[in-house]
Amino acid sequence: MSLALDGLTILAVGAGAFFFLAGTVGLLRFPDALSRLHALTKADNLGLGLIVFGLLFQMDGLLSALKLVGVWLLTLLAGATVTQLLARTARMSGPHE
Amino acid sequence: MAFDILLGTLVLGVAIWTVAARDTFAAVIGFVAFGLLVALVWVRLAASDVALTEAALGSGLTGGLLLGAGTRLARVETIATEKPGAILGLSAAAVCALISTGVALIVLLLPEPAPTLAPQVAANIATTGLENPVPAVLMAYRAIDTLLEVIVLLLALLATWSLAPDDLWGGLPGHHDPADLDGVLTFVAQLLVPVGVLVGIHIFWIGSVAPGGEFQGATILAAMWILLSMAGLVDMPPVNRRWLRMVLVAGPAVFFAIGLAGFAIAGGFLAYPPSYAKQLILTIEIPLTLSIAATLALLVAGPPERQASG
Repeated sequence: MSLALDGLTILAVGAGAFFFLAGTVGLLRFPDALSRLHALTKADNLGLGLIVFGLLFQMDGLLSALKLVGVWLLTLLAGATVTQLLARTARMSGPHE
Repeated sequence: MAFDILLGTLVLGVAIWTVAARDTFAAVIGFVAFGLLVALVWVRLAASDVALTEAALGSGLTGGLLLGAGTRLARVETIATEKPGAILGLSAAAVCALISTGVALIVLLLPEPAPTLAPQVAANIATTGLENPVPAVLMAYRAIDTLLEVIVLLLALLATWSLAPDDLWGGLPGHHDPADLDGVLTFVAQLLVPVGVLVGIHIFWIGSVAPGGEFQGATILAAMWILLSMAGLVDMPPVNRRWLRMVLVAGPAVFFAIGLAGFAIAGGFLAYPPSYAKQLILTIEIPLTLSIAATLALLVAGPPERQASG
């Protein structure tokens, strides 16, 4: 049982790390601010979500599992807000860059 | 091991990048990233209390202060154009190298095992009524340091306020744009602040048994106040309000009073009788947390910039 759980963890955390990598590549390579933000939020939302999901199998109590999910939700909220604000500023300051 | 080497290299790299960055804004971002990495280092050293403080105060709050300072400087913008002379640069480099070598030597020359008071703290922690040794040191064994720290914070706030022009003295700090009720920031402030206040109180309360404490909790509370004010949902109060000043000095004053009472009840300044040490420490910590939170939030808000109306 624990082997299967470990396998799930490795799979999910690995997938999460991949999304972080892809998000970082996007941040570095995409041409303009809006698409860079788009790449970044994918890393935050999906990457962190998958990592949290993977770690859930290693938690020994319901409370610590809920705390992890709480961390993910708070990051979602903060990330989405900041991205919105940045995107608005980027749009107001002109189409280029 | 490999992770630690990677982390150490990353910290050094970000530090060098931050120092070398020409743009003030970029340097501040580098500093914030540096602080978060250093917090990770503290986690690796099993010092979660320090890691929390570094992330909240060192990286978050100081980063916010520096961002504010950077924005103000951008209006004057001498930093980017004015290059320090070769002699100034060289002497700064020499002093930094000297200090780094000194610190490195001290670390390398430490006797093995390094001198430590940790066993004494572990043996006597029961007399403080606390279970986490970090606040036991901060609030009992080295309470005088903590007392002086919060007084230094107050002095820093006074120094910030004194930057106000004469006619604005006692006025309201910073700018205030009325809240855009459909805006993203307003939404997140309404959603996040109740959660953040709960987390802040939790971090403060848990401090006696687990990593946390008044400084970390207070930083989160301060951040929530700043968020509310940035979203325009509340305005910072004029700095000449009596209640505000009471909140600011309440913590240090209670701390000092109980410290003085220590002469009578436990035979020394800042000494607590073991039978109710924990109650006394809590009595200090609650107003102290509020005072620190208010001081930090007002530090970020900056000097008075608007006249108090009425």
